[in-house]
Amino acid sequence: MLSAGLTVLGLSRFQFAMTTVFHFFFVPFSIGLAFVVAVMETMYVIKKDETYKKMSQFWGKIFLYSFAVGVVTGIIQEFQFGMNWSEYSRFMGDIFGAPLAIEALAAFFMESTFIGLWMFTWDRFKPGIHALFIWLVAFGSCLSAVWILAANSFMQNPVGFAINTHTGRVVMTDFGAVVSNPQLWMEFPHVIMGAWITASFVIVGSSAWRLLKKDHVEFYRKSLNVALVIGLIASLGSIASGDVQSRFLIKNQPMKFAAMEGLYKNSTDKGNWAVYSSFDTKQHKTTSSLEVPYVLNILSYHKLSGTIKGQNAVNKELHATYDKKFGKDMNYYVPVKTLFWSFRIMAVSGGLFALVAIIGLFFNRKKSQMIMRQRWFLYILGLMLWLPFIVNTAGWFVTEFGRYPWVVYGLLTIADAVSPTSTVASLLFTNIVYFALFAGLGLVMIILSHRVLKAGPDSVEANGYAVEDQDGQIEDPYGTEAFDHD
Amino acid sequence: MTNLQFLWFLLIGVLFSGFFFLEGFDFGIGMAVRFFGKNTAERDTIIKTIGPHWDGNEVWLITAGGAMFASFPMWYASLFSGYYLILFLILVSLIFRGVSFEFRANMQTDTWRHFWEWAATLGSFCAAFLFGMMFTSMIEGVPMDAQGNIFGSFTTYVNWFSLVGGVAVTLMCFIHGLNFLQLKTLGSLRDRAQAWNKILYPVLIVGEVLFVVLLYITTDFFAKKAASTWTILIVLVLLTLIAWWGVSKTHNWTAFIASGLSLISIVVLIFNGLFPRVMIATNSAHSILIKDASSSPYTLHLMTIIAFSILPIVLVYFIWSYWVFYKRLKSPKAA
Ligand code: HDD
Ligand code: HEM
Ligand code: HEM
Repeated sequence: MLSAGLTVLGLSRFQFAMTTVFHFFFVPFSIGLAFVVAVMETMYVIKKDETYKKMSQFWGKIFLYSFAVGVVTGIIQEFQFGMNWSEYSRFMGDIFGAPLAIEALAAFFMESTFIGLWMFTWDRFKPGIHALFIWLVAFGSCLSAVWILAANSFMQNPVGFAINTHTGRVVMTDFGAVVSNPQLWMEFPHVIMGAWITASFVIVGSSAWRLLKKDHVEFYRKSLNVALVIGLIASLGSIASGDVQSRFLIKNQPMKFAAMEGLYKNSTDKGNWAVYSSFDTKQHKTTSSLEVPYVLNILSYHKLSGTIKGQNAVNKELHATYDKKFGKDMNYYVPVKTLFWSFRIMAVSGGLFALVAIIGLFFNRKKSQMIMRQRWFLYILGLMLWLPFIVNTAGWFVTEFGRYPWVVYGLLTIADAVSPTSTVASLLFTNIVYFALFAGLGLVMIILSHRVLKAGPDSVEANGYAVEDQDGQIEDPYGTEAFDHD
Repeated sequence: MTNLQFLWFLLIGVLFSGFFFLEGFDFGIGMAVRFFGKNTAERDTIIKTIGPHWDGNEVWLITAGGAMFASFPMWYASLFSGYYLILFLILVSLIFRGVSFEFRANMQTDTWRHFWEWAATLGSFCAAFLFGMMFTSMIEGVPMDAQGNIFGSFTTYVNWFSLVGGVAVTLMCFIHGLNFLQLKTLGSLRDRAQAWNKILYPVLIVGEVLFVVLLYITTDFFAKKAASTWTILIVLVLLTLIAWWGVSKTHNWTAFIASGLSLISIVVLIFNGLFPRVMIATNSAHSILIKDASSSPYTLHLMTIIAFSILPIVLVYFIWSYWVFYKRLKSPKAA
């Protein structure tokens, strides 16, 4: 196995995993919320119903917290490639830097500028124009996802490159290929759908808790409705796109796929799919499992017959392909338990989200008071608030742990990517500080969101704290009057 | 060195210039929250001057980092891994500062409000100081192996010159922030910021002289490029004097632009001195040169097209957003 524990490599890996997972709690939440809030504000523009305006301001407030934490953790992401993975940066710079720079230029400037405008100009622009700002934020956040995922997709499935024989590093030969990487256009919709699920089910869950308290029933029922519709579309979308992704893996990263399905031996034509398995990772054996026939083949090939290669067979193939380059001692087995269970968490939750959304929409029909009587169901919705965060993380566990032992599939191993200058002491120190910091930020974030929910929709006014103008006439200097330059 | 490599060296300099000009007053405003603002109402107004802008300003840093990665991976790798702990502390400072504005506004007790105010102030202070320290120690030359890995000791990073550099940049940012405050407020805040800067400018000039002396002793800038180095330094001092004049005559725009340009002239000084290198090694054979540090011609070419097509659009809406919030804020009445 790859070295773990208190080594430079182990600590660098821990640090990367911790910071990205934390970043990615907020990223999908923000991407999703920007979209949901934009939808709400657009409904306000169309229907002129003040409830929708209140809704976008109210959920928009939580969005701003999430965005702030997303931003500050994002800077860590960008810096740590150089800080912790300098060999990786040297090896990959020619490819990786471009999307990162484009992301900053094209997406981050747009997001940050228009979020500032959106926050402070509620009464300054016509509602239609103001709504445009949040749409631009939502669009910018999707752009940023495209570019960073382009970088990630190259690592999963390198395309459009050559190896410089002099330096041994990759050079880009075809930007078009990097951008049209099939991996990217499978990852992107799936990530966005996950983001929409995250935002909508947080709104669903929060609304459910308030409804249990019979608080602002009309407001939260409307919020629930908007969120459930988006949640339903997104969960169906995530199942469909997830299905495409997993089938792509059969050819492209067979080890990942075999581990997701917990197969050591090749599967038989019966296509047994394990609901549950336990593994002996030393002997490379499945020790026990509960299996349903045909499901595996339906999932993999959308038909009843066919076989899937097990990890043992893939291992042999990988040795045959790569031994010349990386030596005989490589271990190509991936952390099978993590992949197996992460995948099951994801697939089961995808179905659960869709199911719950359908039931919720039924209970929450306009004329019916049914939802208020189904308290058990509201409790379920309330608890599901936390699930999207777990599922997103599980998804990335599949993606990232499944490309072991490489950082860049087939080209660079994780062990060769780490900074030669890093020391155990400094990494230990930074890991501890990051951990404490993230715990603190997460806590504040939760407390503040609770506070917003508790204060209720009536507490939010248009952003901005009133300050008087020179002659005491203007209440809000970033308000309507101030816009007329004198 | 190809033209494109030179162009990207310039562009990285431009991006860092934008960063120091914009985030410079951001940092200054952040420091002013506790060092300058007297009560909650004043601090509200101070923070509000940068409310809609601070994140956009920080994106200049993110873009500079990304562009450095894209155009000079060897530079990015060597600098970022070599300055691991300093950059880590910068990140921690930026984290505290970045969330503080949003979090502070929603605190219910004074204790917690003060906590986030201090987070903004100390975060800005440390970030400015550490950036100053990092760039000054970088131009002194660092112990580096042939692969570009930096194996420095404590004094590589922390020494008299880098400390003076750190303090000077911090002070410049603070002054720049107070100039911005004079531009964006009316009443007591504006008057007090003016009064403070009248005192701070002489201090800064002493600092700049000290900086120049140490620059002479510790770097090879004067030995290698005496003429250009002197020119830039004279411009720096002139800009400082102009800004000082602007402050005393209440020409807010003049003062603000001049203090911003003096931050930029520091960036110019560094890039001019570095050229044609990107990293200076104590063993000069190991210095990293522009011609060896860049990515492939293909990537550079591509990035040039992309940068020059996106950047103009970005600048349009970036500047427009400043124009939207053009109005001055009134200082709160004394309680
Ligand atoms: C709420 C979020 C969510 C939900 C409900 C699902 N996923 Fe997912 N999944 C993600 C969130 C996610 C993710 C975090 O966004 C990942 C990580 C990388 C990526 O492309 O998306 C991911 C990755 C990911 C991968 C790895 C792709 C690779 O490494 O190339 C596969 C095979 C699936 N998913 C499959 C599914 C299936 C079959 C699902 C439902 C039936 C499903 N996912 C629901
Ligand atoms: C799209 C941009 C991303 C890039 C470029 C990226 C890149 C990397 C790199 C360089 C590593 C370190 C090498 C390694 O240990 O394998 C890594 C590991 C990892 N990343 Fe990602 N990653 C991305 C997104 C994410 C996200 C969003 C998450 C989770 C929410 C994530 C979770 C992980 C995990 C769990 C590891 C394994 C850490 C370990 O090795 O122990 N990644 N990724
Ligand atoms: C490891 C790779 C990653 C890097 C280097 C990175 C970099 C960054 C940076 C620097 C920021 C701050 C931008 C600002 O100040 O406005 C940021 C925020 C953001 N990132 Fe990441 N990021 C990574 C992973 C991801 C992934 C996988 C996604 C989405 C799929 C993503 C999407 C976003 C979005 C939407 C924001 C805006 C802030 C927010 O919504 O919370 N990032 N990222």
